[in-house]
Amino acid sequence: MATLDLIGVSKSFGATQVCRGIDLSVKDGEMVCLIGASGSGKSTLLRCINLLEPIDEGQILLDGEDISRPDLDPQGVRRRIGIVFQSFNLFPHMTAAENVMLGPRRVYRRSRADLLPDITVLFERFGLADRMYHYPDQLSGGQQQRVAIVRALAMRPEIMLFDEITSALDPELVGEVLDVLRQLRAEGMTMVLATHEMSFAREAADRVAFLHDGRVLEEGPPAQLFETPRHERTRAFLSRLARA
Amino acid sequence: MALLENGGAVPAGPLTKADRDAYARRLRNRSLAVAGGSTAAVLIAIVVLVPLAPGWEAVRRSFFSGEVFVETFPTLLRAFMLDVAIFLWCAPAIAVVGLAIALCRDVRNPALYPLRLFGALYTDIFRGIPVILVVYLVGFGIPGLGLPRPWNSPYIWGSLALILTYSAYVAEIFRSGIESVHQSQRNAALSLGLSDRDTMRYVVLPQAIRRVVPANMNMLIALQKDVALLSFIGPVEIFRQAGVYKSLLANFTPYVVAACIFLAITIPATRYADYLMARQARERS
Repeated sequence: MATLDLIGVSKSFGATQVCRGIDLSVKDGEMVCLIGASGSGKSTLLRCINLLEPIDEGQILLDGEDISRPDLDPQGVRRRIGIVFQSFNLFPHMTAAENVMLGPRRVYRRSRADLLPDITVLFERFGLADRMYHYPDQLSGGQQQRVAIVRALAMRPEIMLFDEITSALDPELVGEVLDVLRQLRAEGMTMVLATHEMSFAREAADRVAFLHDGRVLEEGPPAQLFETPRHERTRAFLSRLARA
Repeated sequence: MALLENGGAVPAGPLTKADRDAYARRLRNRSLAVAGGSTAAVLIAIVVLVPLAPGWEAVRRSFFSGEVFVETFPTLLRAFMLDVAIFLWCAPAIAVVGLAIALCRDVRNPALYPLRLFGALYTDIFRGIPVILVVYLVGFGIPGLGLPRPWNSPYIWGSLALILTYSAYVAEIFRSGIESVHQSQRNAALSLGLSDRDTMRYVVLPQAIRRVVPANMNMLIALQKDVALLSFIGPVEIFRQAGVYKSLLANFTPYVVAACIFLAITIPATRYADYLMARQARERS
């Protein structure tokens, strides 16, 4: 059970302001897609939520608690929030199973023997049962990305963040990863996605937010945002995509 | 060179695979012949010309005496075992100290800042002093404190000198390995809720250590050679033993024997390090 509320989140890297006061609410069990051009602040926003980047101003409320406070222990927050990256970032020197078990072993102090039944179920659920003891370089991009999702899920996070997780994949492998997202949505996981997969956002998202220049220019149900965008820039962005 | 680039004539008109293969084969054979020919020419020149030098007979007798070679080889080989033994106990100590110094320099906790400072000073100092000076200072200086046996042994303090110096270099190698692990790996580990310490231990270090194996191999080869420096403070290892023979027989051949024994170890080791390096370069591309 998790809700996420961003209130006036701002973040700069030196003189470049990447997030300029972002407000966004994600209700429990909702899937919210962030769309927008590269450099619009989607990825940075996700990294801020996960505390990989400290924010400058604003609040990030997870279940009403401000997790952006610098006096909080970031490790305690990060274990509650799963994140999956564009480039998978699996640990290349470990098998898929070891990748998935590392977090629970070190953070929850559980033994491999204790974890194995749980993670076997996870691998089976996402069609990876026969890949558990493979190393990342023996897996296809789509399989690697699904293992990365399983690795995040094994921490039993309250909310999952996905940072353009299909952008580094060959087109024919995108589908299997999107299927995992559909499955998670059906199970009621709260999710925030930065994505360029417009047709997926349209079909699966509960709400879509359009980011431009570090601000949420507009948000709404996908049907409304894609059919009748209110903002001039949203229209321009969508028609640019349609032409591509 | 036209000679190397020309594989002879080919039939006019469209070429078959056989035509192209034949041309490539001719080209290959020709360059093999040229390489073999030029190498042979150089070798013959050396073999024929060097003995024509006026002092050759004297040099041959004092450096390449077969008799002396055979006579001194077994003892020198036994003396070399001492070099190997010193190497064998220094190498693991260097790995441990080097890694510890590298980790000191990566400490982020402000309370441990002195460790960081120590790591930086350590590498600056021991990379800045010639090995032979460290061997002298430690090897003569510390036993000079009047330590009782066996604590005045030159083996202990000589080895310590090598460990101190080599750890500084190996620490820098480890540190470059740690820095070569991409930030995204650290982020992935941190995002799982791992502590900085666990991130280093389970994610960064295993990858870093693997990457610097070839560079450390080169340090090991250098270490094996520098063990001979301990001869200056006492231990009768191969270099010292060769010196003894030189005085005894008034002949320099024992040094050539020692060089050959070193090469028998270092050439295969160097080749192996090159092979590891090449394999790593292939894997990364």
